[in-house]
Formats: sequence, C-alpha cells, structure tokens
Amino acid sequence: MFSHDRKRRPLGVGITALAVGAALALSGCATGGGGATDGGDGDNLAITFLPKNLGNPYFDTSNAGGEEAIEEFGGTYSEVGPSEASPTSQVTFIQTAAQQGVGGLVVSANDPEAICDALNEARDAGVKVVTFDSDTNPECRDLFINQATAEGIAKVQVDLIAEQIGDAGQIAILSASANATNQNAWIEMMEEDLAANHPNIELVETVYGDDDDQTSFDKTAALLQTYPELKGIISPTTVGIAAAARYLSTSEYKGKVALTGLGTPNQMREYVEDGTVTSFALWNPADLGYLAAYATKALIEGEITGEEGDTFEAGKLGDYEVGADASVLLGDPFVFDADNIGDFDF
Amino acid sequence: MTATASETRTPRTYRTHSQPAWRRMLLTREMAVIALLVIVIAVALAVVPNFDSPLTVTYLLRDVAPILLIALPMTLIIITEEIDLSVASIVGLTSVLTGILTEAGWPFPAAAGTAILVGAVAGTINGFLITVVGLPSLAVTIGTLALFRGIAVGLLGTTAITEFPEFWTDLAKDNIPGTPIPGIMIPFVVLAIAFAVLLHFTPFGRSLYAIGLNKEAAAFSGIDVGRTKFLLFLMSGTVSGFAGVYFTLLYSNARGDNAIGMELSVIAAVLLGGVSIFGGRGALHGVIAGVLLIGTLGSALRLAGVTSDIINVITGVLLVLSVVSASLLAWIRRRRISAIGKRKGRSATSADSP
Repeated sequence: MFSHDRKRRPLGVGITALAVGAALALSGCATGGGGATDGGDGDNLAITFLPKNLGNPYFDTSNAGGEEAIEEFGGTYSEVGPSEASPTSQVTFIQTAAQQGVGGLVVSANDPEAICDALNEARDAGVKVVTFDSDTNPECRDLFINQATAEGIAKVQVDLIAEQIGDAGQIAILSASANATNQNAWIEMMEEDLAANHPNIELVETVYGDDDDQTSFDKTAALLQTYPELKGIISPTTVGIAAAARYLSTSEYKGKVALTGLGTPNQMREYVEDGTVTSFALWNPADLGYLAAYATKALIEGEITGEEGDTFEAGKLGDYEVGADASVLLGDPFVFDADNIGDFDF
Repeated sequence: MTATASETRTPRTYRTHSQPAWRRMLLTREMAVIALLVIVIAVALAVVPNFDSPLTVTYLLRDVAPILLIALPMTLIIITEEIDLSVASIVGLTSVLTGILTEAGWPFPAAAGTAILVGAVAGTINGFLITVVGLPSLAVTIGTLALFRGIAVGLLGTTAITEFPEFWTDLAKDNIPGTPIPGIMIPFVVLAIAFAVLLHFTPFGRSLYAIGLNKEAAAFSGIDVGRTKFLLFLMSGTVSGFAGVYFTLLYSNARGDNAIGMELSVIAAVLLGGVSIFGGRGALHGVIAGVLLIGTLGSALRLAGVTSDIINVITGVLLVLSVVSASLLAWIRRRRISAIGKRKGRSATSADSP
C-alpha cells in the first residue's frame, strides 16, 4: 500500500517538525542549567572529560576518578564522547566544549594530529586542554598526564617475570601486531634490560597475536609446543595476556609456565584467582583521571602554566611536578595480584 | 488543417494547475524541510545555552561542508534513479594522495589538482562500468567503495601524513573576513548555483527527471541516457575529490580511513531533503536544507549535552518519519481522491446531470 509517491507532501514533515522541536526543547530544558559558567569566585571549574569513545570500561574507570576529584574541589563534571574511536570523531565534541565555554577539557586523543587544530581553537577560546592516556602533539595542549613511561612499563614486566621464574630460563614475548609502535618500543627496552641485568634469562622468540583473541590463543599454543623448556611468557598487550591465560588455565602448563604482562583486572580476575597468573601490571586508570582533573584545576586557577618544574597538589595522590614537554607522570606502573585485584572493576 | 483547428479551438474548461500558485510554491516537501530547519534553529536559539555564539555557525558550516559539497552531485544522481556509494572512499583516496604527493615535495596546488583529477578518474571508472558495461550503479559503487578505500589504506597503511603548508590549511579553516562564515562556503555557493542552474534551468537538468521517471521513455524521446549518467558520475567523482582535498586540509590529516561512512550521511541528507530514492523527484534547495537540518540538530543536541547515540537515534527517526510520512500521506490522498470519485459517481447517477 505504501507505494512511493511523486506528489508533494508537506503535512507529515510538519508533524515531524513538531516532534523534533519538542524533543529539542525538552532536552534543552533538562540540561539548560548544566552548561557554561560555574560562577561564584571567578574561576570556571566546569571540566569536560572526552575519552576516545564512550562505553569503554577503561575510560569509565578513569572518568570516575576524574569525577571524584572534581567533586572534591567543587567543580562541575561532564563527560562527552563519540561512540566509535575514529581519528576525527572527537573534533565536534571539542568544538562543542569551546562553544559551551567550559573551563577545562580532558582528552584522550584518538589521533595525535587530527584534533590538534580543534584543540588549539578551544584554547584560543579560553579552554585549558589536558590530554591523558593518549597524547597529541605537544603544541596542541597545555599538559599531558602520562600514565607511565616506556622505561617503567618495560622494567616492571621484566621484574615480574624474573621474580616469577627465579631469574633464569627461557621466556618468550606474545605481542600485538608486528608494527605496533608502543609494543615495539617496550620490547626493545625489555631486551636491553634483560641483556644488561638478567643474563640467565634467554628470550627465545617474540610472536605476534595481532591483538586478536584467537590468533593470540593459537600463538601461545604454538610457543609451548616449540619450546618445551619455556618457563615464562610476557604479553605486553591486554588482548594477548588474556588469551594466553585462557590457554594456560586449561592446559598441562598451568602453574608451571609463568605469565605476566599488561592486562586489565576484569579480564584477568579469573586467572589470578585460579592460580594461572601470579601478578601483572598496568596503571590505575582511576588515579589517572583523578590526577588529570586536579592538573586541569591547577591550570584553570593559574597555579601552573605547564612550565617544567611547576608543582601542584593533587588531593589524595600528593604533590606532582611538571616534567619536560609539559607532561606529568602518574608514577610507576601498578602491579595487580591476588591481594588487590578485588578492589578494581575495569 | 492547422488553421481550422485553431479557429475552432474551444476555451479550456479546466485549470492550468490543480492547485493555486501559493500552494504550489509553499506546500512542498522542500519548504517543509526548510520550515523544519527554521523551527530547529529557533527552538535551539531559545532553549540551548551558547547556541547563539558565532562559533556555532563557523563550526557547523565547516563540518558539514564536505557533505554539502558531495550532496550536490548526489542529488542529480539519485534523481536519475541511480546511486553513488563510493563518494566517501573517493574522499579517502584523494585525501591520501594529497598527503603522499605533498610529502613527496610537490607544490600543494599541483598535489591537490592531481588528487582532484584522480577523483575524476574514479568517477569515470564508476561511469564506465555503469553506462558502458551496463551494470547497476548499486553493485558497481559498492565494489568501488571497497576498491578505492582499499587503495587508500594500502597506499598509506595505518600511518597518517599531517604536515601541510600552513597557508593552505589556514585557507581551508579561515572565515570570510568579518563574518563567522567559513571560507569554504564560497566555492560551495558557486558550485551550488552551478548545480541548481544545471538541474532546474537547463534541458540537461530536465532530462535527469525524465530518466528518473522512465528510462525507456527518456531514451525514446532522444535523451542519451548513458552519456548523461556518465557525466553525473564524473561530476560526483570530481566533487568528491575536491571534498577530499578540503577534508585533508581541515583536519591537517591524510589517512586511509578519512571520511569513512560519509556516503551514508550524504544519502540520508539528500533523501531527507525530499529527493525520491525512486528517482524523478527532488530539488536542490531541499537537499541543502536537509544537510543543514541534520547538522544543526546534531550541533544543538550536542550543546544541550545529549550523547551521540541519542543524536543518532533522533536523526534516524527523523529520516524514517520523513520517508514514511510521504508514503502514508500519498496513500491517504489516493484514498480520498477515489472516495471523492465514488461520491461524484453516485451523485451523477442519482441526481439530474447537467
């Protein structure tokens, strides 16, 4: 019955117009108060968190940390973000924050360059821009909150595996893709650290699971077949470590071959509790968000400008100092084990 | 014979148009979309904080500019009952080429010109397969959507080229001096006028409607259907190439996955603007209003703190409603006309007919 028409039909669109107008009016009314100025004592402590994408447990945790901090110092917290993490999808949200005239914007960049101009326009409009988790080019933001240095990440993984295998024997690395920038940098540093400080540990092979669960699972199986003397695996990627743990937990190697690397508590909880994995590392995203919020506040209030050597106080985390390239280091990576994994949900 | 015919011509007993001029001018799908746009702007100005800042206009127009540009040739293509799904992939491909050639040391105008030329070649490939080989445009452009995107990603991998001459990136972002309107609107307005004249005031444009309504009838009345469609796909590729260069400069970023999925935004806006997906109906002012409507609604809702998922839902519902309402009202109208016909028929038989 609904064949296509070639006549002019205004009425239906008119009805739609009313519906859309009403929806817009309602949403406008509902959120009308939550916008720009915080008023009062002059400093605009409205801070917007812009993660890579929404619905990501990692950013839910980090932003919850940010919200906690903002509540402590009496600012206004809001969170916006795209539904998918594509390079340019954050631009409209940065523009919106600039239009709303927020005091600060805390961003995890999907692309170091694509959002650069939008961030600089927001800064011209008076918004303080802090990046966390993933940085942009240094000239596009006021401050970067670095979760961990590459040296720190490499060192903690080598230390963990050395401790778990008694500082001697064969180990292998299960990485992400062969051209993953972060992983390759870490692996290179791990190799240097192993050669310099752990002469009895032999790194037999680095395999690549492409950050795909099944591929990582198969590569783990192949490693254990190829090297019967293997004593430990390092997987510096969250997908890889979970897949390797899944393989180990159901195999004869459970408890005999050590596994560590970078993982998230929710993925690894089961394997820590059943004894497959003793400990693994990552940073604490809640602390990262918390620190980012305090750093933004310090920028808004003019306490720091992003100069190297500036110091500010970040609530329960204590005092921090701005380092080179206007970056602040959260601290050493956080080690998760059976004792503390119950405290985390991300 | 002709002389006698004109002498005995009786005065016409029916009206030239079934509806008075004001109804034909104002009660159209296009005017309804424009009215909806005005309502959304008015409501947003009234209730959404910060919507009235000049930044809103700048950002809005800058971000919808690629969609506005590509919607122009897309309108013409859909009016002929064809479709071009490869436009966003052409944007990606030309963006990557602009980046690679600039990085290789070409002067930027030469790199951009070459990229636009490659866009035209991509359109030619579409046009050739559709008109000469005679394949359906849906199938061809789904294929070239994957093909052009594949070449783009293959050329640059997962890396991005981000260094472009500042003069050109500034040119892409700067406003027309003294106004909040971005400079990209100048080429857009020129193109829009050109396309409007082409579509609405030339025999070529009229032939597009004829093709869309009935290909065979159009062919028998002397329209070269193949050549016409070929030219449309060539235009689409060229304009997409230009949009690709603009996109690259706007975000200072040449990547293989630039503008991924944009073809759907373009087609959604064109359909919302009153162009029939079955061809033969539509006008450019409606399409431009359709693009601006989706853009403004998104901008206002984002400013009001609505999340992107909800914005997608609202835009989707709007699109479905606009399509369904057109069909539903056409059906009601046919029912009403046939009911009037029946009533007239009864009264004619029962009462004395004049």
